[in-house]
Amino acid sequence: MSEEYKVSIGLETHVQLKTRSKIWCGCANVFGSEPNVDVCPICLGYPGTMPVLNREAVKLTVLSGLMLGCEINRYSKFDRKSYFYPDMPKNYQISQYDKPLCLGGSVEIEVNGKKKTIRIHRIHLEEDVAKNNHFDGASGVDFNRAGTPLMEIVSEPDLESADEAFAYLQALKQILVYGGVSDCNLEQGNMRCDINCSVRPESQEQLGTKTEIKNMNTFKGVHRSLTYEIKRQIDELRKGGKIYQETRRWDDEQGVTKAMRSKEYAHDYRYFPEPDLMPVVLEEAEIEAWQASLPELPATRRQRFISEYSLPEYDAGVLVAEKAIADYFEQVAELSGNAKAASNWMMTEMMRVLSDRDAEIVDLPITPAALGALIKLVDDKVVNMPGAKTVFAELVEQGGDPQAIVDAKGLAQVSDTAALDAWVEEAIAANPKSVADYQGGKQAALQFLMGQVMKASRGKANPPMVLDALRERLGAAG
Amino acid sequence: MTQTDAIDVKYVAHLARMQLSDEEIATFQSQLEHVLVHVRELSELDVEGVEPTAHAVPVHNVFREDAVRPSLDHDRVMANAPQARQGLFMVPQIIE
Amino acid sequence: MATPAFSSISTARAALQQGTCSSVDLVSDLLAAIESKNSALNAYVSVDREAALAQARAADKTRARGEGGTLCGIPIGVKDVLNVTGQPCQCASDILKGYRSPYDATAVARLRNQGAILLGRLNMDEFAMGSSNENSAFGAVRNPWDTDHVPGGSSGGSAAAVAAGIALAALGTDTGGSIRQPASFCGCVGLKPTYGRISRFGLTAFASSLDQIGPITRTVADAAALLTAMSGHDPMDSTSLDQPVPDYEAGLTGDLTGLKLGLPREYFLDGIDSEVDAAVRSAVAHCEKLGAEVVDISLPHTKYAIATYYIIATAEASANLARFDGVRYGAREAGQDPLDMYGRTRAAHFGPEVKRRIILGTYVLSSGYYDAYYLRAQKVRTLIRNDFEQAFTQCDALLTPVSPTPAYRLGERTADPIQMYLGDIFTVTANLAGICGLSVPCGFTQAGLPVGLQLLGPAFGEETILKVGHAYEQSTDWHQRRPGVWAGGADV
Repeated sequence: MSEEYKVSIGLETHVQLKTRSKIWCGCANVFGSEPNVDVCPICLGYPGTMPVLNREAVKLTVLSGLMLGCEINRYSKFDRKSYFYPDMPKNYQISQYDKPLCLGGSVEIEVNGKKKTIRIHRIHLEEDVAKNNHFDGASGVDFNRAGTPLMEIVSEPDLESADEAFAYLQALKQILVYGGVSDCNLEQGNMRCDINCSVRPESQEQLGTKTEIKNMNTFKGVHRSLTYEIKRQIDELRKGGKIYQETRRWDDEQGVTKAMRSKEYAHDYRYFPEPDLMPVVLEEAEIEAWQASLPELPATRRQRFISEYSLPEYDAGVLVAEKAIADYFEQVAELSGNAKAASNWMMTEMMRVLSDRDAEIVDLPITPAALGALIKLVDDKVVNMPGAKTVFAELVEQGGDPQAIVDAKGLAQVSDTAALDAWVEEAIAANPKSVADYQGGKQAALQFLMGQVMKASRGKANPPMVLDALRERLGAAG
Repeated sequence: MTQTDAIDVKYVAHLARMQLSDEEIATFQSQLEHVLVHVRELSELDVEGVEPTAHAVPVHNVFREDAVRPSLDHDRVMANAPQARQGLFMVPQIIE
Repeated sequence: MATPAFSSISTARAALQQGTCSSVDLVSDLLAAIESKNSALNAYVSVDREAALAQARAADKTRARGEGGTLCGIPIGVKDVLNVTGQPCQCASDILKGYRSPYDATAVARLRNQGAILLGRLNMDEFAMGSSNENSAFGAVRNPWDTDHVPGGSSGGSAAAVAAGIALAALGTDTGGSIRQPASFCGCVGLKPTYGRISRFGLTAFASSLDQIGPITRTVADAAALLTAMSGHDPMDSTSLDQPVPDYEAGLTGDLTGLKLGLPREYFLDGIDSEVDAAVRSAVAHCEKLGAEVVDISLPHTKYAIATYYIIATAEASANLARFDGVRYGAREAGQDPLDMYGRTRAAHFGPEVKRRIILGTYVLSSGYYDAYYLRAQKVRTLIRNDFEQAFTQCDALLTPVSPTPAYRLGERTADPIQMYLGDIFTVTANLAGICGLSVPCGFTQAGLPVGLQLLGPAFGEETILKVGHAYEQSTDWHQRRPGVWAGGADV
């Protein structure tokens, strides 16, 4: 019988911070410009230029640390990390070596209903590098990205499966987006990670030899590459083979990891303190003020939704997953005074629209105020549910005022007894068989008659009143 | 810091990305060994408990505000490029 | 040729104000002098005549309107290590061939704002690495007092040009003595300001924690004028300090009474040239006569300064010079892949001294050696700083030789780097401690080579050392002597 293996995964997650300008210079921190347009002598590493630290980058890193429960270093400094690569303007990266901004901390994950705490080792601030474009026989460098503030979150090797790694990244993304630290837009490369992975026989205490998979830029890719790499390592050991400490590259098309061909075998980064930048000394009061400015985090918010709005655990989880959706829901709940109805609209109609259109909630024309007002119209029996859904569809397309749409489309619910009685009489006269069925004890027949009344009213009849009228007219079922 | 820590000029030159000739390596090897003999005199000193000086001036928290300033005009950026194509700085093919 | 172009900034400024000459006159005279004398010295690497004359004409117009800054119409030479918009900035290296600056160094911009004319670019040791100006891709610079001798380095072109009268004043940079030592070898005034006094933005870095820009001039008053114009906080340089900038010229009162001047005994040891020793000791006695009190001082860690300096400076340089890779600017050699291209480009276009220092600096930072070399050097740097802090509780300024010897012959020390490095023993300490230092002429050897006196002041003590230097200079005539290669006639 072959021995079972334990897996240890650590992730180094690079997150681009949402600042207006780059970390050392005033060039715009934007995505998608023409090549080498958002550059200046400083981020191109021209002779004589010097970095000056963007205060906002420090703040966003510390905010991240506070959200992840890190200890914030009161004294922090920058160091030069030397290595030659065409995407590196100075051929050293300004990073943080022994005094990063944040230490410790953790991320809570849940996989298959099992909760787990993943420890964070440290978070440091550094500069992003340029982007290489590959041509046939040559490469071209675009320095627009060089100097984007980049935060590196290093986890402890606490992750034990591809699923856990995936859940960790999702949880991290959720928190960072919540805090407004980064958009974490994967298509734009806002979040990329390096994976350290090792396996060892269950009986072995010490971690096995690890390999590093560099530059992953999708969560799915992380999951797939880990699934492959874990199996590769276990197979190798089972065969009696050996794992080499090496850097590997994920080939997405072939679905395999491959050892990098790069000649740069020996890493000797020659770190030393950056003489052009002064240390960062954070005051207690400043950190406290930042702490106070933090938004409520998803886990806490979910608990509050459950207790405050009496939502089921599942619904609360769905609603808090995205900050914009949770914020939207809370506004609708407040404006409508009906959290239950607000939750129902969000969980059904709204989620369907968002997924059908692959849209962001803030981009839809329907405002929280409009949805809140619509819920009120339903509660006040101004419009019935079918009518309300018509109004909702209109709001999603063009926005506007629900009451005005009700009026314009003539969707107001009819509660006038005389009008209702007329429709009821009409339905009874036209469907003697159903009447007889109902009186013979078939409940379903009542539903059919009800439908006929609604049809006659073109959907506007007040359904509970119709039901009452039918019951009164036909007497109790036999 | 002992006399046995000989400098390996060839290896260090590789780290510094300079393809030196054998002659240069030999010259630097002997010159730098000589320099290092002098440099190693620092090991005589007791520096226990002495804080290192990284900056000549003890200042901290020097920041810039997060404001966008104009970048360098693209034509001026590329004017210094040894080799350019489609607005990119061209280099020999990068092997990963 | 007796025009203010060959005297001093002060004289030229007065003549411009009185209308006895124009800026175009000054620039034309200097251009003619450069034309006739530069080839003997190799001080300038480039002069843009038309641009200089255009600036002069503009300055004359500004002045005619009754406007203009403190240096309006005054021509200044610039060391090839400083970026000036539109000009090459080759740092006397082949690797920056073809590079043109898209921006002004802050110090240069400040001189421009005061109306100064940027006359031309001055030769230097490649990337400011050297003490003899023999390490230049443009060839060695020669000493105007004896063209078989070196002008000192690394700001050798700046010092030679000022000494020979082909520059009224010039900018240099000083990482371990690169302003003060050539100033002393050429009989000029050279000031290395306190670290953080003048912005380094635009100065191509050699060793970032040691580099400072400073003036090389014919008089102390001129050095004070340029210091006033260039000093002050710069938001582009995080290491430039936000300290008030006094009018340094106004502080030159000539009065030394009550000042205590220290003589650090470690700077007067065996091995120092006897003529240098005699000239400096006589200058010390002169200062006493001027009213200063002289006290004995000890700077016990001086003997470790060279080792400390060459570890820190080369380590920082190894990173600072990594950017010269042929990707974004400068020279490039073809290669199969980027790594190969870097290796070939850097081997082909860096000179031997630069390569030597990059290797040393890379070595002291490399895995396994950092603590033994770099970290230890940073700690010794602290001890050296403490020495000075202690000394300045006992005196206002220190008097020392600038260099153990006067200018030596070309080629004399090129084969033996350590011999060259040891010559920096009296100057590197100021850079390690971050304090200010001034070199003023204090005599000549029998062979007719200048000797310099070094004044060291505490951080932001420029007013004191300039005051002492000025008082000494004005009561001696060393600064009025002219070398064999002299472009001008008699002073005006």
